[in-house]
Amino acid sequence: MKFTRKSLGIPYALWLVLFVVLPLAVLFYYAFTDGTGVFTFANLTGFFTDPNALGTLFYSFAIAVATTAVCLLLAYPTAYILASGRLKERQGIILIFVLPMWINFSLRITALKEVLNLIEGNLARYPFLNSVVGMTYDFLPFMILPIYTTIARLDPAYIEAANDLGANARQAFRKVTLPLSMPGIMSGVSMVFLPAMTNYVVLDMLYNSTYIMGSLIGSYFSAYNWNGGSMIALILLAVICLFTLLTGDEEDRPAARGGALL
Amino acid sequence: MNGFRIIAAGPAARRTALALAAACAAWTAVPSPAAAESASEKTAVSENPAGTSSGKMVTLRVCSWEEYIDLGGWEADETIDLPSGDIIGKNSMVEDFEDWYYQTYGQRVRVEYSTFGTNEDLYNMLSLGDTYDLICPSEYMFMRLMDEGALQPLSDGFFDEDNPDNFYIRGVSPYLRQIFETQERGGESWSKYAAGYMWGITGIVYNPAVMTKEQASTWTVLADPAFRRQITIKDNVRDSYFAAVGAVNSALLTSPDFVNDPDYHEKLEDVMNDTSPEMVQKVQDWLQGVKDNAYSFETDSGKADMITGKVVANYQWSGDAVYTMDQADEDGYQLNFAVPEESTNIYFDGWVMLKRGIAEDPAKQQAAEAFINFLSRPDNAIRNMYYIGYTSVIAGGPDDSRIFDYLDWNYGADEDETDTVDYNLDYFFEGDGKSDGTYVITAPAEAAERQLYAQYPDTETIRRASIMRCFTPEESRRTNRMWINVRCYNLKNITPGGRIFAAVLAAGIVLLVVRKIRRKRNAASIRPPRKG
Repeated sequence: MKFTRKSLGIPYALWLVLFVVLPLAVLFYYAFTDGTGVFTFANLTGFFTDPNALGTLFYSFAIAVATTAVCLLLAYPTAYILASGRLKERQGIILIFVLPMWINFSLRITALKEVLNLIEGNLARYPFLNSVVGMTYDFLPFMILPIYTTIARLDPAYIEAANDLGANARQAFRKVTLPLSMPGIMSGVSMVFLPAMTNYVVLDMLYNSTYIMGSLIGSYFSAYNWNGGSMIALILLAVICLFTLLTGDEEDRPAARGGALL
Repeated sequence: MNGFRIIAAGPAARRTALALAAACAAWTAVPSPAAAESASEKTAVSENPAGTSSGKMVTLRVCSWEEYIDLGGWEADETIDLPSGDIIGKNSMVEDFEDWYYQTYGQRVRVEYSTFGTNEDLYNMLSLGDTYDLICPSEYMFMRLMDEGALQPLSDGFFDEDNPDNFYIRGVSPYLRQIFETQERGGESWSKYAAGYMWGITGIVYNPAVMTKEQASTWTVLADPAFRRQITIKDNVRDSYFAAVGAVNSALLTSPDFVNDPDYHEKLEDVMNDTSPEMVQKVQDWLQGVKDNAYSFETDSGKADMITGKVVANYQWSGDAVYTMDQADEDGYQLNFAVPEESTNIYFDGWVMLKRGIAEDPAKQQAAEAFINFLSRPDNAIRNMYYIGYTSVIAGGPDDSRIFDYLDWNYGADEDETDTVDYNLDYFFEGDGKSDGTYVITAPAEAAERQLYAQYPDTETIRRASIMRCFTPEESRRTNRMWINVRCYNLKNITPGGRIFAAVLAAGIVLLVVRKIRRKRNAASIRPPRKG
């Protein structure tokens, strides 16, 4: 066989088929069959008529939205200051933000648990707040980095042009920098929002006993209801697709080239 | 007493370290050291093919709980020096078995030892096609496997008490043997398929500085507002269900009429296994209250939170309760163990053979039964108990006093101790209803409320122990639904803040959709006409 550039794609294609396409097919199979393998929509209708499932979806949304908002509020100013270049040793400071990602996840959350316990006295009193803090702690770097990359790549000439045309600093930020950094924001939002809807380990470790989507799926599987669990996973997938579709177009815009990725 | 806790630190610390390692690695695929060791031995053996006359080597695939068998490697100062001789775990139990089997039966056996995390995981592994010869699920899971006809009955030879190598049937506690013989599933007794390994009860570990023994001795304490956000309970439907049934029936279960009823035990088991829709509803209401009152539902963090003082009480299995109290002892403060007055759940982990694995191979079945017997030899039972902290079903039989000696070594009071109690364990060593004072440990008074009590509950406590049967599929559906109802966010109870959030969320989504459509339209209108 002749070696072409296409051959380089074979390992990944294999990976894709084995670990993405195949599991997805299995997921679809279980989601649309009942326990005996007969095709059914019952799992789908079951989800939307089940107040628990809807409540869980709502609660997951609440956690994810709050986490994303807090992350964004913390990350944007940080990224902006970092990218504006007034700081020396920029790489060193970025390292500080990335450093936590090199530490094992469960160790990080355990440490956070102790800190929160010290501050709050009794962790169990504020389960929602703790979950949001935990998720923010975990996902913040994923918000900072794309925003930072986007702002850092902005051509300063844009700002200068805005200033030349009479915009003051605030106007220049609002009309030029902010819109042009949207792709980074969107990329960060999707990297935080989506995992925050399912990462139930954080909730478990911080004693939030209410289920979110991830734990609900888990509970279906430990109750041997693979069909119902698969359907919830599939619905979550659909929600995520929809979300990406609604926000995704930012990344197509020319100024965003290269900035959207970490 | 003191001796025990220092020595016990060894295995306990190992266990935590391993659990942590497993948690960090995130998935269950981490081979246990035992598996790794037996794997390395496997290569050693196959390089030097068994030169015995009996020919082919038997491979025994065993699947048991994580950290549920002695992995060996004890320090010399961990030796258990009983009057009958020292006991120490030099090699892993699995290696010792392979050697013992060769010496006893003249045949090589290779054990492939793997582990599972929960009964449900094991069941899922089996239904995905994993094949094992010998597994060690809890009683409700082997009942389920009995229902499904997946189990291979133990051979008649296994029950032959005259065979000196049949350590299980010669040594199993008469009290537990009677349970295994009388408990039935589909008209067949457990003992036809299952041999016990470890057993225990459920109860409450509590901090005596904050809570009295009386307060801790009832399931209703979990909902007690006096301890709001200070008690953890188990994060699984069966344990929560049991506690809830005990709590909602508290008045009945503790009434003298009920307790003194001649059919007390049958009635108790019926009440504790009530899964009627009405009872499930009551349980759900009660657990919803508990969810708002408890510190958390926990799977594994309860022990640590108890030791670090984050909570004052913890719904716990007796084996883990012993571990928790040992750790607290090391940190210099005291935790006790109480068993609720209503009832306690007595549970078992038992060895069962899978039909699919054994596949009617007599050599394999012989090896599997020999494995159970080897673990039941009193010195091995002691090694495992010491290593993992749970209580073996083995009492040793009338001719072998090592188990009792071990208890005395572990818990017996020093000679100069003045505040002691006589702790009677006749029921365990001689059978239900016996109390002639043959097996009495003179223990420090506090031991009767602590490790000794958790590991070997006294006669009075064991009287209120109830089996929790396996749920039928219908009961499972009902209880699982109940559990999800308890755990999910209920839209009916939405707070005003929640309403505002919902409105904002809906507005945000609408905004995104509108923007998307508008942008599409704009893009369409300004797109330059295509060439050609």
